[in-house]
Amino acid sequence: MTIPFDLLLIQVINGIVTGMILALVASGLTLIFGIMDVVNFAHGELFMLGAYLGSTVFLTTGNFWVALAAAATGIGLLGAVIQTTTLRPLLGRDPLTTILATFGLSLVLQNYALWQYGPVPRKINEPITGHFSLFYLEYPWYRLLVAVLSAAIIGGLWLFMKYGKYGIWIRATTQDRVMAAAMGIPVPLVHTVVFAIGAAMAAASGVLFGPLTGVNHAMGLDFILRAFIVVVVGGMGNLGGSILAAIFLSLLEAFASIWVSPAQAVIVSFVVLILTLLFRPTGLFVPTPK
Amino acid sequence: MLSVQNVHTYYGKSHILHGVSIDVSPGEVVGLLGRNGVGKSTTLKTIMGLIRPSEGTITFEGRSVAGAAPYHLARLGIAYVPEDRRIFRLLSVLENLRTGLDRPGVEPARRDALLEKVYGRFPVLRERRNQAGGTLSGGEQQMLAIARAMMLEPKIILLDEPTEGLMPRMVAQIHEIIDVLHGDGVAILLVEQNVRLTLEVSSRVYIMEKGVVRHHAPAADLRRNDAVIHQYLGV
Amino acid sequence: MTTRPARGYWIGFAVVLAVLVLAPLVLPEFWRRFVTEILIWGLLAMSLDILIGYTGMVSFGHSAFFGLGMYGAAAALLTVRPPNLWLAILYGLVGAGAVAVFVAYFSTRLRDIYFAITTLVFSQIFYVIIFTWTEVTGGENGLGFSQPAFAIPGVVSARFTPVTLHWFVLAVVTVSYLGLRRITQSPFGMVLQSIRENEPRTRAIGYHVERYKIVAVMLSGLFAGLAGVLYALQNKFAAPDFVFFLVSGEVVVFNVMGGMGTLVGPVAGAAFFFLLRELFSRFFTEYYLIPVGIIFTLMVIFVPQGLLGFLRRRLNQ
Repeated sequence: MTIPFDLLLIQVINGIVTGMILALVASGLTLIFGIMDVVNFAHGELFMLGAYLGSTVFLTTGNFWVALAAAATGIGLLGAVIQTTTLRPLLGRDPLTTILATFGLSLVLQNYALWQYGPVPRKINEPITGHFSLFYLEYPWYRLLVAVLSAAIIGGLWLFMKYGKYGIWIRATTQDRVMAAAMGIPVPLVHTVVFAIGAAMAAASGVLFGPLTGVNHAMGLDFILRAFIVVVVGGMGNLGGSILAAIFLSLLEAFASIWVSPAQAVIVSFVVLILTLLFRPTGLFVPTPK
Repeated sequence: MLSVQNVHTYYGKSHILHGVSIDVSPGEVVGLLGRNGVGKSTTLKTIMGLIRPSEGTITFEGRSVAGAAPYHLARLGIAYVPEDRRIFRLLSVLENLRTGLDRPGVEPARRDALLEKVYGRFPVLRERRNQAGGTLSGGEQQMLAIARAMMLEPKIILLDEPTEGLMPRMVAQIHEIIDVLHGDGVAILLVEQNVRLTLEVSSRVYIMEKGVVRHHAPAADLRRNDAVIHQYLGV
Repeated sequence: MTTRPARGYWIGFAVVLAVLVLAPLVLPEFWRRFVTEILIWGLLAMSLDILIGYTGMVSFGHSAFFGLGMYGAAAALLTVRPPNLWLAILYGLVGAGAVAVFVAYFSTRLRDIYFAITTLVFSQIFYVIIFTWTEVTGGENGLGFSQPAFAIPGVVSARFTPVTLHWFVLAVVTVSYLGLRRITQSPFGMVLQSIRENEPRTRAIGYHVERYKIVAVMLSGLFAGLAGVLYALQNKFAAPDFVFFLVSGEVVVFNVMGGMGTLVGPVAGAAFFFLLRELFSRFFTEYYLIPVGIIFTLMVIFVPQGLLGFLRRRLNQ
């Protein structure tokens, strides 16, 4: 069966767009895991709350960019509070405990959103409307903007980590938190800040994603599962790997959607995860096992 | 300056330190000798806050620091150079140094001066400053670990077996480095298996066995009469 | 094994059992159903305890076993005329068992977080399949069917009443509990606990850790499937909601709150959760998970051994 080239290309672009948002969410998740061995089950809820907060700010200001900034900052702060109150006491305990704690948090946050915002989906309007012609389709500019913005945020994060003043602190703590502390780096503070950054990135993704499908309280669930898969396939703690994995998996799902429904296309990602765990457990793109 | 009194430390259920007491005065080089497994490294780790002692006191410049967080101790002036060096392998040499250099309260001018001083002492680090730490040889990593500690401008350095795994030529270099640090007025608590080196650089030596200090003497005495050394270390 | 704790234990057991037997006779319909459901979820939680509490393997996939037990029973009750109780149980166990085989395989290859995430993914795979394969599974709406009679050929055939159904469930759960208790206290159970405490050392001693894990997963999966069958019998429908990974998460919550590694703890945890839900529903309506979630998170931090965790040593002599 031949697939029309234009359909293929559209799916490629769709895959990349979704992949970039997913990469943004997964980057925060993998960063948090890499530095403090915490699998943040509540990450999807931070994504979702970011979208809701963004929609509220958007409602009052009418400005997408303000909403984006406010959501990222607000949820970043929430992340800092969560880490300090719930995760810091658990440092050094069995990693299972942090999974459970963040799972408990995700239940609370999910239902809080339901309570606070109600079951009716919210809306965020995209800052750039209009389409350009892509073959037989009118492709929205906004989707391209989303991909570019996500790439920019991730790029900014990478630059900060490599060249920023505190980037060294974060990288040192990720590699060896004991020696980092022995060098005078305030490790607990670094942990909190990284968690906050991860939360802020998730929130930003939520706001970026909002105009595409609407803001509802279940949007986090779908993303968290995909994000976990991305993080494992990319190699836990591996930032570059997560980004590649996010795009790779999104492209695969986009192609699969040509034949099956999007709900079923997610099975493709599941299969890739299982194959990765069986044959390349440290990550699909990781060259040598650690 | 640093006073360890009757410290007991456990690893899980194992009772490793059974009441260790050690003192280091400002600018002194003090040696800690003993066979493998007697608890020398554990003593350093307990001082540095990497392990909490269950009993005993540790005071530094009059402040009680037992159980304090390592980053706090580093800020107070205690630097730690661990047994396996533990440099940040994925950071460059310069970035490794910067982990100690980028402290609050140090102006750029002083930072540059400190960096220059260390490059002067360890020219090979200047050469390799943009290389990843993991690509350095064993001896170079040891130098980096010590240089990194020097970035904290510490009052005392806890040195854990610096000559382990190094070639004899490098041992002489370590000797030089310790002399230079001593000349700068930095105190050193040196844990070592290399008895000769320890006796040469230290003013006093403690000898440990099974988690306690068994013997304590000026290095000069031990140089003259090494029967005690043979007794405890079988060397 | 001393006799003193044993006697106190059996007395307590008898008391609880008597209460549960009498419950449907004195309670109003709503609470009667409540107790029956706690028993079923308790069985599911118990099955998870084998993995989490005894072997130290965290699974977020028990909703898959539960769901397949449910749908397996549904298959039997919808395809075979007349609807046969024992066939329903059989189909359910086979369904759950098939999934268990897969999960068992992965349990030997993956550790900790990776195993947990994989089990989560598994339950989602089944959720997606069940949700979208509308022709076979009824999709979003699930499957409805009628309750089979309690029939032993040639001996008795009687329709279930709410009370007798409750007794049937109680019987199944009690027998399961006793069986699981026997297993956990056997040498096999001791090896499982040894794996939980220190897997490398257990392996070094010479135990074939993989085999034990496989058996543990199969056991866990089968009893979870049994719980699914009971649920189908009680409610007369099967729905994909029960296969969603959040349900697995809730079961983990029961285990943690009740106390892992005790078998009875998880049941108590389930009861505690449902009671809290009832309580908070009065004030918070459908947002009861906010306070319950907070309580759960606080328990994870401050009371990680759970409500009955203090009994763990005594129960596992």
